[in-house]
Amino acid sequence: MSTKTPSRLEKILDSGQLAVTSECGPPRGSDPEAITKKAEIIKDHVDAINITDNQTSVTRLSSLAACIHLKLMGIESTLQMVVRDRNRIALQSDILGAASFDIHNILCLSGDHQMFGDSPQGQNVFDLDSMQLIQTVRLMRDEGKFLGGDDIKRPPKMFVGAAANPFADPFEIRVPRLAKKIAAGVEFIQTQCIYNLDKFELWMKEARDRGLHEKVYILAGVTPFKSAGMAKYMKNRVPGMDVPDEVVKRMAGVPKENQPEEGIDICVETIQRLKECEGVRGFHVMAIEWEEKVPEIVERGGLYPRPEDL
Amino acid sequence: MRLQYPSNINIIKLPCTGKIDLIHLLRSFEKGADGVYVVGCLEGACQFTSGNIRARKRVEQAQEILEKIGIGGERVRMFNLSSSEAPHFVQAAVEMTENIRDMGPNPIKTAMQKAA
Amino acid sequence: MIVADKKPIEEIIDMVKGYRKILILGCNECVTVCEAGGKKEVAVLASALRMYFMNEGTKIEMDEITLERQCDHEYLEEIRNSMDQYDAVVSLACGVGVQFMAEKYFGSPIYPGVNTCFMGVTEERGVWSERCQGCGQCILDRTAGICPISRCAKRLLNGPCGGSTKGKCEISKDLDCAWQIIIDRLKELDRLDDYEEIAPIKDWSTERAGGPRKVVREDVRQ
Repeated sequence: MSTKTPSRLEKILDSGQLAVTSECGPPRGSDPEAITKKAEIIKDHVDAINITDNQTSVTRLSSLAACIHLKLMGIESTLQMVVRDRNRIALQSDILGAASFDIHNILCLSGDHQMFGDSPQGQNVFDLDSMQLIQTVRLMRDEGKFLGGDDIKRPPKMFVGAAANPFADPFEIRVPRLAKKIAAGVEFIQTQCIYNLDKFELWMKEARDRGLHEKVYILAGVTPFKSAGMAKYMKNRVPGMDVPDEVVKRMAGVPKENQPEEGIDICVETIQRLKECEGVRGFHVMAIEWEEKVPEIVERGGLYPRPEDL
Repeated sequence: MRLQYPSNINIIKLPCTGKIDLIHLLRSFEKGADGVYVVGCLEGACQFTSGNIRARKRVEQAQEILEKIGIGGERVRMFNLSSSEAPHFVQAAVEMTENIRDMGPNPIKTAMQKAA
Repeated sequence: MIVADKKPIEEIIDMVKGYRKILILGCNECVTVCEAGGKKEVAVLASALRMYFMNEGTKIEMDEITLERQCDHEYLEEIRNSMDQYDAVVSLACGVGVQFMAEKYFGSPIYPGVNTCFMGVTEERGVWSERCQGCGQCILDRTAGICPISRCAKRLLNGPCGGSTKGKCEISKDLDCAWQIIIDRLKELDRLDDYEEIAPIKDWSTERAGGPRKVVREDVRQ
């Protein structure tokens, strides 16, 4: 693989080094400091920061605007874009908007259903699905065309990513689904939070059997538990999440005041084990409202320092 | 056994309570009945499998409508008993009569008299 | 069929209060099957309204008619000669029938007596569920006969999303994941390889997005 965009994340992955990304959720208000402060804490420990797009369907400051704030700080961002809220006109328009600020990474997602958020009575769009959004960005970048067929002046130069959930059902199509995203044109994958390592390794093995690990960069998703309560919540309440009983037990087995430390330990151990898993090309550390712990996780995971200029 | 039940009750015999439709219950009130109750077999003991279950649902529908239009949902009820339970039959009749007496006459009847 | 649900009676009372003579007009098709607007429901609504207004001390006359259909001229014409006597009509047909009545009897107030919900099936008595959204460009040949447009909460043409859990949709444990069924069907048909074909971006212009739709068939038109 050789680089096709100015994305630093792409360059690091292309160089063969393990990449590290993280993510920040924009605030429910217009104060940019809510995002710039979080970014400041983690910027030296990650290669790019994802900005979530109205995650869990709760209305927030826009992902694109937050990415621009990061750009102005000299931080590389990954624009998350869900197809729930925009039709093909708005999607393409926002892609151009991001490209105009030289935002070089995009993550194409379906988005949680709006019933989970603050506007369950709202409409949803789903004009395209995530697979088709991947195709759209590739068309815009590689062929310099809009979906409507017209030429784009100064096409976007974006490194195209998507999510993969090795744990959702039905399991038998989880690898075919990855293959499908690759066929659609995806270049990097950030996975759902991994707690069931055996199942993840099985998924990776099946992906390797089909040679998919050589066609896409897979970043393993990790999220530290802050508490046993969070582990239980993720296990029972978050759709598509696979938290094995022994992990919940391990969290619950230590005194409450030590649980955050235990959560970090589990996260670091996960990174250490998956560094050995062939096909894992980096890590996506999602410390939900706990960004200050990202540097520690990255350092203890043996992923620091990050590569300097490439 | 020759048990007495309140004489104000007009009994309409049906082969099965499953025969009753919602409209029959409503029409009774339109015609001025102060209360209507359906006496069916014990649940699980219907000769036609589920006639009494259907009747219960229709009684519930009637209750909802009567409540919403200001007639009073409690004017219609369902009782389940077996044919050998004459004392229960009387008990239901007495209970229903007392309840309806407490509620007073069907307001439709009063309104009709006023209009006439 | 078109599935409708009963409208709360208090809403209907609000619509018709002030009129002296109204027609409650049922439909003998879909809404009869889904027990929302057939002859029986017409009788129940009329009885309830009569009692309500009687109790209020208002005299309202009510007629009950149930037509074979309300989506065809010929049946709506059956009531032409009697329409003059009504101050308003409550149609218990689906939204299609209500509108066709309104178009045909332009000077008469026509009110909806049901909430029209979707095109669907009777799963069992009292349970109806959606199957089709009339997108105007059927893709069931490519999805093993199960429609992701009407049955996936996100209308994903390339599903399932990451929220599919144990065969259920992320939005409700009572809702089957359409993509789970599609995949199960593909397996049953020995066509699981088809799963990897990417469904192309859909032309939604034949759907609601393209504006109100019309089918014109010159081959049968007179």
